[in-house]
Amino acid sequence: MSDPGAFLAMGGYAGFVWPAYGIAFAALGGLAAYSWRRYRASVLELERLQQQRGRRR
Amino acid sequence: MINWLANPARFIRVSEKAVPWCGWTAAAVLALGLFWSLVLAPPDYQQGDTVRIMYVHVPAAWMALSVYLFVAVASAVALVWRHPLAEVAARSAAPVGAAFTFVCLATGSLWGRPMWGAWWVWDARLTSVLVLFFLYLGYIALVNAFDDPSRGGRAGAVLALVGVVNLPIIKFSVDWWNTLHQPASVMRIGGPRIAVSMLVPLVIMAAGFMLLFALLLMVRMRTALNERKAMALRLNAGAVAPRQPEPEPAVAAHTAIS
Repeated sequence: MSDPGAFLAMGGYAGFVWPAYGIAFAALGGLAAYSWRRYRASVLELERLQQQRGRRR
Repeated sequence: MINWLANPARFIRVSEKAVPWCGWTAAAVLALGLFWSLVLAPPDYQQGDTVRIMYVHVPAAWMALSVYLFVAVASAVALVWRHPLAEVAARSAAPVGAAFTFVCLATGSLWGRPMWGAWWVWDARLTSVLVLFFLYLGYIALVNAFDDPSRGGRAGAVLALVGVVNLPIIKFSVDWWNTLHQPASVMRIGGPRIAVSMLVPLVIMAAGFMLLFALLLMVRMRTALNERKAMALRLNAGAVAPRQPEPEPAVAAHTAIS
């Protein structure tokens, strides 16, 4: 990777190689981020309900 | 091992420790795989640098098939043995499998344009993978179409099992029909037919994708279990809450009809 320009050009196929990696990153990274956010939300909601239940008792 | 993890409380305990470990390992393996794929691996003598698309496309294709098999096996276990976590596992894995199938299709299209001269051809391999993507979408839609999660799970499980017929069609499509897609060059009798310098990044990326799947599966299963527990608490709270005054009978009848 001594020449960053050549690396980015990907032998003339930059328009295909980089979008392929970009799509993979967006799809899998997006799903990972969504799954993690939903997991955090579920933990917070469960804690809230358990506290509410504790107060009612 | 699977039987041992069948207990939801035990699964939560084990996955609590496994999630951070799996997350960091997946990140490290994927970073190494990306560096190897984009920097260290040589360009192909015919495909040039487009061969680098293969390091994402091929592992995504392997995962698309493997995750579907996982969904089908988990569905069978849920249908036959009423395994408490099997249905949750199948439901949680399906969107991850759909994402891998989408990546496989999109990256294949981006490779096909410069190499075949077409973004898409109705070739047996491509078409059967597209059918797999629709099977995933159908499964996800079906399991979420019912108010009662167990009914949705059962309907989805039947669809997942019927869809298994597509897996050998995908695998052997390149042998059974005259396709534009090349035949297997890694998972074949007689060993891989690609250079070691290209096989190494492929295997590292495949390991990274497997770890990512394991991580997402655990996180999504924990989410589903939390959401079910929260729903049970809400229902319980509703059942013990002070009862509201009953509406007048005439109004109640009218409401029921409308």
